[in-house]
Amino acid sequence: MAHDITADAAHAHEEHHESPVVFGFWLYLMTDCIIFGTLFAVFAVMRNQFAGGPTGKDIFDLNGVGIETALLLLSSITYGFGMISAHQNKLGALRGWLGVTFILGLGFLFMELREFSHMVAEGNGPDRSAFLSAFFTLVGTHGLHVTCGLLWMAVLIVQTGGKTVLSERMTNKLTCLSLFWHFLDIVWICVFTFVYLMSVI
Amino acid sequence: MLGKLSWSDIPIDVPILVGTFAGAAIAGLAVLGLITYYGKWGYLWKEWLTSVDHKRLGVMYIVLALVALFRGFADAIMMRSQLALAYAGNPGYLPPHHYDQIFSAHGTIMIFFMAMAFMTGLMNVIVPLQIGARDVAFPFLNSLSFWMTTISFVLINISLFIGEFSQCGWLAYPPLSEQQFSPGVGVDYYIWAVQLSGVGTLLTGVNFFTTIVKMRAPGMTFMKMPVFTWTIFCTSVLIMLSFPILTVALGLLGLDRYLGMHFFTNDGGGNQMLYLSVIWGWGHPEVYILVLPAFGAFSEITQTFSRKPLFGYNTMVYATCSIMVLSMLVWLHHFFTMGAGANVNAFFGIMTMIIAIPTGVKIFNWLFTMYKGRVEFHATMYWVIGFMITFTIGGMTGVMLAIPAADFVLHNSLFVIAHFHNVIIGGVYFGYVAAMNFWFPKAFGFKLNEAWGKRAFWLWFVGFYFAFMPLYVLGFEGMTRRMNHYDNPEWYPWLLVAEAGAVMIALGIVCQLTQLYVSIRDRNLAENRDLTGDPWNARTLEWSTSSPPPFYNFAVVPVVHDLDAFAHDKEAGIDTRAAGSNYQPIHMPKNTAAGFFVGMFSLILGFAAVWWIWWLAAVGLIGVIATVIARSSNNDVDYYVPASEVARIENEHTRNLLAAQAAE
Repeated sequence: MAHDITADAAHAHEEHHESPVVFGFWLYLMTDCIIFGTLFAVFAVMRNQFAGGPTGKDIFDLNGVGIETALLLLSSITYGFGMISAHQNKLGALRGWLGVTFILGLGFLFMELREFSHMVAEGNGPDRSAFLSAFFTLVGTHGLHVTCGLLWMAVLIVQTGGKTVLSERMTNKLTCLSLFWHFLDIVWICVFTFVYLMSVI
Repeated sequence: MLGKLSWSDIPIDVPILVGTFAGAAIAGLAVLGLITYYGKWGYLWKEWLTSVDHKRLGVMYIVLALVALFRGFADAIMMRSQLALAYAGNPGYLPPHHYDQIFSAHGTIMIFFMAMAFMTGLMNVIVPLQIGARDVAFPFLNSLSFWMTTISFVLINISLFIGEFSQCGWLAYPPLSEQQFSPGVGVDYYIWAVQLSGVGTLLTGVNFFTTIVKMRAPGMTFMKMPVFTWTIFCTSVLIMLSFPILTVALGLLGLDRYLGMHFFTNDGGGNQMLYLSVIWGWGHPEVYILVLPAFGAFSEITQTFSRKPLFGYNTMVYATCSIMVLSMLVWLHHFFTMGAGANVNAFFGIMTMIIAIPTGVKIFNWLFTMYKGRVEFHATMYWVIGFMITFTIGGMTGVMLAIPAADFVLHNSLFVIAHFHNVIIGGVYFGYVAAMNFWFPKAFGFKLNEAWGKRAFWLWFVGFYFAFMPLYVLGFEGMTRRMNHYDNPEWYPWLLVAEAGAVMIALGIVCQLTQLYVSIRDRNLAENRDLTGDPWNARTLEWSTSSPPPFYNFAVVPVVHDLDAFAHDKEAGIDTRAAGSNYQPIHMPKNTAAGFFVGMFSLILGFAAVWWIWWLAAVGLIGVIATVIARSSNNDVDYYVPASEVARIENEHTRNLLAAQAAE
């Protein structure tokens, strides 16, 4: 009897075996969160180390940053619409929304790089002072994440092309990128508040 | 075209390095020649290098760890020999430039590539088997982690022959490690090697946490999990919490060096104290990442060879979790002398001393497990008992260092060196060797030779006391660490004793290698073979399957009824293996070379970045990205083992077992 119970239970276990991908990705995001947390702490230590260089108030252009923020927040909404389409198996709409999200993300990145290049051109690059080192590193790390997210999004747009149904693996990938994208939004809100707003006050 | 790299970077004028290179080249060519001669390249590639099987990856990790041990120990005995010679005007045989690279490489290699690789190997071999799983949650990431660790070790060894290694100690404190004071490539080698291996370790942490949370056999609740699995669970948490901090610390140092930023420089508003705080925010949890699995292994071994369940399982779990939490709250004790103030120092001193409480609980649990048990003095138990004595001494000197006032006197002296070798050799290394002896038959199907195991133990144990107890005395006598030569006649005899200890440890390593050789030679003798899969009459699930286990681990996933599931099954007469012909198809991952290629491209990236060969770095980076995308686009990643195939393998095993038993 014991044998049968063992075998049946094992079989039932096999049936219920759900993919651990999304859970694992959550964990990875939490480690990423620690990276950002440490960078925020470093920024907090360095925020007044101007070394005779400019302060945040001198160089930050809040209008540009406001547009960046709007682009990124909007891209989170459009990704959400994409996920709704994915759950309804409307793959055309999914790719459309991913495309819109991609363009918004690209716009964000363009604005950020423009801001960076202006600052460097004026002699206020990351090697000017510890404050600027911390600023460029924190904001740049976020930008690097957005770049990776965009690359990932492009790959998923290609991979969903020509499909009529989403496999479990593809749905998991879309969900993971969704988590990643919203996470970057949350980080950006912290950047906007603690880096830009608090430096200008 | 080649960045900073030129012919003058090849150290052909240093005889030790030329000799080492010749030795390594001959040994390497011999290995490659033998593989070619026996036509094993295909086997090696298909069955090992591209494997995603946790057991094979575990074995490869431990092989890597033993190679790293060899390299790290060579550095150690060179340092000891230098200090046994470089006295009273004699400069010794290692100039400071070379000596400083050796102590930096010794620490870096022993922690990141010996201890971490050994630990990761053990958890790979044991954890999935112990929780009744067929593999880890992410087998491909597991292979990727292995390759990231391996290529980082390769990168660090390349620094021996092309350029130089860091001369800034194993944690590369700024401002010494900044471009201003270390303009060479040594620190860059250090940064890239540790960063790339950190990627592997972080993924391992995520992987094993997910595995333990999501893939335990039915019925195995958290409080029925074996203690070793508990310690890996806590270690995985610590890896996920602390390795990102290391990534940031080294990333910022790299930005200072590559882009001229001012995080830790003397000018521009930099702050070296920030580096200390960040790097030790990783560094202290790292100590517990290493030692917790050793504690887990001691628990499993002690209960098995005392023929009794572990005393105080619950307290053992709570103690492990307490240490996990406390280890995040003590990092400042590494730099009491920085001047954070009396109150801050007092807080961190007290937190550090509190860690001694859960650790003491563990020691008493092991002692009470042995008390009134039928203790079998197997070679494995020698390491356990040697650990208990040695680690207790190391723990007490740790509490001494935790007193800020005492630390002000002992800081940066050889007392500190003696203390952390006392806990890392006596705790971590003894634990891993004990674990290797204990679980070896599970991985390979035959036991390690006991006589040579005991010889290795005695040489290591006695050698340790000879090598490190003098360092406590030298610390009190004021000898600072990382010293290249000295004139104080009082220190000289103690350093000779320490050199003798290092020689004994060298002989201990020779005994360990002999043990491996003798065991492999005699693997088919009846007394060495592990036919049943349970050579020690042990208590946990990994012993319920055959040795070595089939690639799918368990033909039928076991159901857990109690703590120490296998002991329960044996007492209740349940034979989990002979579950009849009721086999189901088994879902398994396919092997992949993607991890290997990501590793190789990362090696190219790391090497090119060290030497500022930017076009080559771009090739490496694009290679990594392209491989990952190719892997993501590949849908042919898993398969089902048909039930008939499972039945065939299981029946063959049963037949072999019966035939062998009949032959005896």
